[in-house]
Amino acid sequence: MARLIKTEKEVEGRYTEQWIVVDEDALDQWPEGPLEVVGQAVPRIDGHDRARGLAGYTADVRLPGLLQAAVLRSPHAHARVRSIDLSRALAADGVRAAIGPDDIEGLTDEPAYMGAPVAAVAADTFGQARAAVWLIEVEWEELEPLLDPDEAVKQGSLLDESETYERGDFERGLVEADAVVEAEYRTQVVLHNALETHQSIAHWEDGGVTIYISTQYIWGVRAAVAKLTGLPQDKVRVICLAMGGGFGAKNSPGDYTPIAVELAKRTGQPVRCALTRREENVAAGNRNATIQRITAAARADGILTALGGEFVNAIGHGGWSSSTEGPMQMLYACENMRTVKHSAKLNLPPMAAFRAPGFVEGTFGLECLLDELAAKLDIDPLELRRRNYADSDRLDERPFSSKQLAECYRRAEPHWARRDEVRASSFGPWKRGVGLASQIWYGGGGPPSYAWVRVGSDGHAQVVTAMQDIGTGSRTAMAQIAAEELGIPIDHVHVSLGDSARGPYSTLSAGSSTIPSMGPATRAAAADAKRQIIEIAAQRFDVEERVLDLKGGKIVSADGGSWDLTEITGLLEDAQILGKGARGPNPTGMRVLTFGVQVAEVAVDVETGEVRVDKIVAIHDVGRVINTLGASSQVEGGIIQGLGHTLSEERLMDPASGRILTQTLDTYKLPTIADVPEIVIDLVDVPDPHLTNLGAKGLGEPPIIPVAAAIANAIRDATGADVRSLPISREELLKALREAEAKKREPVGTAAS
Amino acid sequence: MIELDVNGQRYELEAPVGRSLADVLRDDLGLIGTKIACGEGHCGACTVQLDGVPVLSCITLVHTVGSRKITTIEGLRDHPLVDAFVVADALQCGFCTPGQIVSASALVAANPSPSKDEIRHAMAGNLCRCGTYPKIEEAIQAWQG
Repeated sequence: MARLIKTEKEVEGRYTEQWIVVDEDALDQWPEGPLEVVGQAVPRIDGHDRARGLAGYTADVRLPGLLQAAVLRSPHAHARVRSIDLSRALAADGVRAAIGPDDIEGLTDEPAYMGAPVAAVAADTFGQARAAVWLIEVEWEELEPLLDPDEAVKQGSLLDESETYERGDFERGLVEADAVVEAEYRTQVVLHNALETHQSIAHWEDGGVTIYISTQYIWGVRAAVAKLTGLPQDKVRVICLAMGGGFGAKNSPGDYTPIAVELAKRTGQPVRCALTRREENVAAGNRNATIQRITAAARADGILTALGGEFVNAIGHGGWSSSTEGPMQMLYACENMRTVKHSAKLNLPPMAAFRAPGFVEGTFGLECLLDELAAKLDIDPLELRRRNYADSDRLDERPFSSKQLAECYRRAEPHWARRDEVRASSFGPWKRGVGLASQIWYGGGGPPSYAWVRVGSDGHAQVVTAMQDIGTGSRTAMAQIAAEELGIPIDHVHVSLGDSARGPYSTLSAGSSTIPSMGPATRAAAADAKRQIIEIAAQRFDVEERVLDLKGGKIVSADGGSWDLTEITGLLEDAQILGKGARGPNPTGMRVLTFGVQVAEVAVDVETGEVRVDKIVAIHDVGRVINTLGASSQVEGGIIQGLGHTLSEERLMDPASGRILTQTLDTYKLPTIADVPEIVIDLVDVPDPHLTNLGAKGLGEPPIIPVAAAIANAIRDATGADVRSLPISREELLKALREAEAKKREPVGTAAS
Repeated sequence: MIELDVNGQRYELEAPVGRSLADVLRDDLGLIGTKIACGEGHCGACTVQLDGVPVLSCITLVHTVGSRKITTIEGLRDHPLVDAFVVADALQCGFCTPGQIVSASALVAANPSPSKDEIRHAMAGNLCRCGTYPKIEEAIQAWQG
């Protein structure tokens, strides 16, 4: 019977309550540890297609009559379009249509950031479209851009109202403390730079529109395009078969999809609107900069008496204000807290979610400040964290559905214990040290999400769901889960995904939610098919259902009987066994979170400011691990992105004009293979006993969170320098070293207490 | 009219002056395995080989290729590196992967057992935003089975 219940859903730290319908009995979780297929190292099932260049990305879709769009984007951070004339563009070679600010909502005549879309052209080739964009005549009136986040807060230019959070008595906590540290931490703007740029193709056909798009959320795009066009949702078909990376920036249709939809409508031909790499670096979203003025106070025994601070999210002209203060509020059992968050709205390109938005930035500030506190108290940094361990969620006193952070700390010990040895290996100008940082984040996923499983006469199963695999290997994970439940080999499971017309609703692939949301739905669907197979087998072989199971491609009976699965499925010839499954609710009254700790070993050249990261040990609690191989790749990927965030990546902006200077991959420094340290991965593979039929939490985001703080803390360990601003360039490091020297020379007693 | 030798096949085609090899491969010949990710020679996704030497096809003008033999990922589909990449999980989204394999196959053709440093030197021009680098290193060390 369908039961209507209310549950809580979280994406990227934002909670909503929602109704869901649960219509099957909850399955018991599988036993802990590696199973036949789940918990094993399984190479991705679409790996060969991708490696051979056979996988069809949006960038590879070719349709008859396909036109190419190019977009006129504002060269100014803030301007007004006094006049615009599209006629020369329209008359140019190959041009089929041109649109401006009066034509669709997404094009603006008052661009509020460099890169804001103003007009667009569709032509037979991209070269023609781009040439025509140059022929658009615009008279600009340049306006004063607002670029300074503190100034924006002062002027009240805010994206959201400022938020204050308090618990206990922050002032009293300061008074009770034996040591107080205060510091200003800053993080920079970084860019996602997925290798497939943001793009979509719109094709009006069959009384509706088909959108091919590189997206993390097929169903979100479907809803948005339906709203935009006034079409019923089922007349909008969204397809994303293979996807070239997103990292949070591809959760919405962007500006390029409405442009493609309108140009395709006007021309009667399909239109691709694909961002160039330069547009990608300007107008595709970014991780916003932050300023964190933060305080930590503790008694001599290390117990935190107060944590607090002012957080300024330097958001561009759009996006949302992520929880930079979240780690401070959630990670430790501190009774007294006051945080204030300001969301500065600036004339800069809009923010978009980027792998654990807010928590990457906030963890850098918090976990570095905690090490400053540990140094002042002369307490071991790992010990300080243990003394302030939170046993329940401090935001609303809910119990955790599972928390293996203490186990993570225990496993970190041998790596942490290397620091005397590592320090002693300093040589000449190269100083070595070890640092650690903890990680807290969401990642529980939630309903709704659905899968179907069909089993054919050959005993093969097809998982059908309209989710997207953005490169994380979620397709392979679904195949593993279905194979495990049906007791068949992984190569007998196939997965159909990526098309809203061919499968049920699936979650967005963001907030580390694909596996914890879709995995349980897939298992439920496979279990539904399995139940039917067993019912049929019981009748065919005249045995009781309760003694039957599916294992190793066979139907096995507890009394020793065994039949090939195809003896049952083969009976049915062209008929199919159809199972359906839904993601159940999240555990009531509990907080579902992921945890971890990372230990970094670095070498610093104190003469040149060069930092080399030698090793990062990543220990994380993400519940049950579905695919040990794919999971290790996710962890490595998160760490390497974190490494770029920490050491080399920074979007540079001209502070006078607000123009973006780093638009290419030679100026915006992504990590290369030559920059990668030794990475040691240890996942605490214990299922969350309260979370779904799998006990699997999300993994995509946690590994990037503690990287910057672990490296900065290791630099402090090596050199005594407090690095408080990202990226840690040579200039930044040499400045911190000079400050540390100056501090050492101060007479005793004058240092702030 | 220009003539190209692509993966052992001979093609004759018209191309305007200024057309890149990458555009010819993808749009004129339909060989979409070669990806364009930056379009200006910074990322390596479009790597193909000319007479066995890796080049960036997005900044190679097709008229400069001449009689050199072009090898794209389509010509390397049965190269043992493909299996090695998949087994090691040296790909995530896979958009950079064809370019990685084209570069790696040129490396191992000249040096079948490259050291870690040699791999890092040869592969540093192929960016991967998903961060598959440790597994790429592993795959190139393991490709001979």
